[in-house]
Amino acid sequence: MSDQPATLGENVIAEAPANAPERRLNMIEAINEALDIMLARDPDVIIMGEDVGYFGGVFRATAGLQAKHGKTRVFDTPISECGIIGVAVGMGAYGLRPVPEIQFADYIYPGLDQLISEAARLRYRSAGDYIAPMTVRSPFGGGIFGGQTHSQSPEALFTHVAGLKTVIPATPHDAKGLLISAIEDNDPVIFFEPKRIYNGPFTGFYDRPVEPWKKHPDSVVPEGYYKVPLGKARHVREGEALTVLAYGTMVHVAEAVCEAKGVDADILDLRTLVPLDIKAIEASVEKTGRCLIVHEATRTSGFGAELSALVTERCFYHLEAPVERVTGFDTPYPHSLEWAYFPGPVRIGEAIDKLLKD
Amino acid sequence: MADPANPAEGNRPTLALHVPEPRYRPGDTADFSHIDIGQPGDQPRPDENIHPSHMAGLAYGLVRVLGDDNQAHGPWNPRLSPNVLRTMLGHMALVRAFDERMFRGQRQGKTSFYMKCTGEEATSIASSMALASDDMVFPSYRQQGILIARGYPLIEMINQIYSNKADKLKGRQLPIMYSSREHSFFSISGNLATQCPQAVGWAMASAIKGDSRIAATWVGEGSTAEGDFHSACTFAAVYNAPVILNVVNNQWAISSFSGFAGAERTTFAARGLGYGIAALRVDGNDALACYAAAEWAANRARGNNGPTLIEYFTYRAEGHSTSDDPSGYRSAQEREEWPLGDPINRLKKHLVAIGEWDEARHAAMDLECAERVKATTKEAEKNGILGHGLHHPFHTMFEDVYEELPWHLEEQAEQAIRERITKFGTERPFG
Repeated sequence: MSDQPATLGENVIAEAPANAPERRLNMIEAINEALDIMLARDPDVIIMGEDVGYFGGVFRATAGLQAKHGKTRVFDTPISECGIIGVAVGMGAYGLRPVPEIQFADYIYPGLDQLISEAARLRYRSAGDYIAPMTVRSPFGGGIFGGQTHSQSPEALFTHVAGLKTVIPATPHDAKGLLISAIEDNDPVIFFEPKRIYNGPFTGFYDRPVEPWKKHPDSVVPEGYYKVPLGKARHVREGEALTVLAYGTMVHVAEAVCEAKGVDADILDLRTLVPLDIKAIEASVEKTGRCLIVHEATRTSGFGAELSALVTERCFYHLEAPVERVTGFDTPYPHSLEWAYFPGPVRIGEAIDKLLKD
Repeated sequence: MADPANPAEGNRPTLALHVPEPRYRPGDTADFSHIDIGQPGDQPRPDENIHPSHMAGLAYGLVRVLGDDNQAHGPWNPRLSPNVLRTMLGHMALVRAFDERMFRGQRQGKTSFYMKCTGEEATSIASSMALASDDMVFPSYRQQGILIARGYPLIEMINQIYSNKADKLKGRQLPIMYSSREHSFFSISGNLATQCPQAVGWAMASAIKGDSRIAATWVGEGSTAEGDFHSACTFAAVYNAPVILNVVNNQWAISSFSGFAGAERTTFAARGLGYGIAALRVDGNDALACYAAAEWAANRARGNNGPTLIEYFTYRAEGHSTSDDPSGYRSAQEREEWPLGDPINRLKKHLVAIGEWDEARHAAMDLECAERVKATTKEAEKNGILGHGLHHPFHTMFEDVYEELPWHLEEQAEQAIRERITKFGTERPFG
């Protein structure tokens, strides 16, 4: 069993129908479309969260869905993340497939006991009697002047929990396909949406004009139902000089910095942190011999530490230089000094120079 | 910092922190005459569709049916047939016999842990008997009576307690953390009150689907301090969920008396009033009152009239679990002095008083329960007891974390089996 990469979901449709018309969507529109499709396809899917109903969500991800699918399929909740996740566990036990929204990832902590002790463990502790097939959507990450309570990247809290899957899309195309996979998955999935790139990819050069998604090739989102499997990384760019492991907003930042520096990087957008596409990582690092890990979250015990350990354990004899981590600093996310905190082009550029110096 | 000897500037009084203290500690004479238990039959029984604000008195009174004369009194008398009453008594007696044997089994080293429900049998058995068998229950850890009442096989309970090779939960859970989807019995968590919002969510789902089944959850009075309980109340009220929130007020949360959950200020039933949830406070040692309250709440939920919070006022006659000795923190006299007696004894006396039971039949029933539990225990022991090798295969440790086994767990499973073979030469040294 172990000689095959045991990534989950390989058996699903990974490609859209060939005849699907080409449209360009931003990430919010892609997410909204995935939710709309799943509400229509599966009568057990329900959406709930703060302001997601009539109003359509503070980021508009659920706009129009209540009007189209009805108030018992898409509805507002009390301001209680513990309650939202807790009732979602009960709904899953009934047989529904809830897709709760936590308005900001920074607000998810009151729901942690229900996620960690309940949703994540339910299949195991009941030996499959009960499952928690929920997908918790939540905008995460900074770069929008959100201050410390609207900017955090808490993914490592969830990747540390046995029983949870953690998914982070970086493009509109993947956001739709990964979200559909997550909703259909029978395990609880944390689906973190990088809010900085809801409306356009972000290069990290914050003083340059904002680019809309429509100029980016991965804003092409096929109509209708398709899935991007969980546990499969995306090759953003093939290269020989070094491997870049990134996810969410930082995929675009890393790509822009490599391009600006003229570095022939092999860039992997991990897409799913758990389960992780270890085969893709190993293949890339074995090819390049150098590994740069980039995430926006704080450094200590961040997911980069796990990636660094895995690369070191499994690819050590291929490495030409120590693994480099570029991360946010170990401080709360500041407001006025946001760009000093953000792991932007300067920090990434220095790490690349260090990796390539010998 | 303020100097207590010199009250702060102006005439502001010195503040003093109140730390609750139970009335009686070890060695004290227990006297519960301060508890107002009212009279059997003195509480009104409103229609099930009443607005919660019109029944507030029921959150402070005590619904009682069985009197000192062993007769049933008042509008809450559920008028159950003698057959149903005898069944109820039989379930309660079986749970008590089961608890005795399992507690002893833990002391004999057959398992790691056990929790009795002695004195609280009516709060799970009578209340769950008022539900339909497919109504979903989200219990805490002291409602083994529900499984007994629903006919769950005793041997499965014991296999679980022994974590043996026949344990349906594959030896993954602490003893008594049962689960049975077949019996509409949710997987028990050791984290407190988490089941409350889950029950509300299940009830919401049932309403979303236009189903007719309702949900019920049980939580200890101590755990009502958890945020989950309050989230559950909010959601139950907001969505008018068809759910029954049962608070088993057994006076003690391990060594902390109910005052640490707020009992010095108000009743637990009164928690419902602030949320606009119908609330009943019930004599939890009166099986007829427990049944009647649950039946009322079930009718209310089934009629789309919303949730009910029921406080069962009872007493935890034994320790919290096998891990504590109650003589270290409370008066040993409390159990005997408890003004509402013992639920099994009271139901028995009622049946005798109405000419439907007698001492000889009761003694025979007790003996039969003990024999049945003993025989089933011996049968379960053939599947192994904790720590004696008859467990599930090692690979099962890694299964059910996810629906499918990801690469990292497959690698770890191989490591675990390798370690085992290194140590014993075989994965399962005891067969």
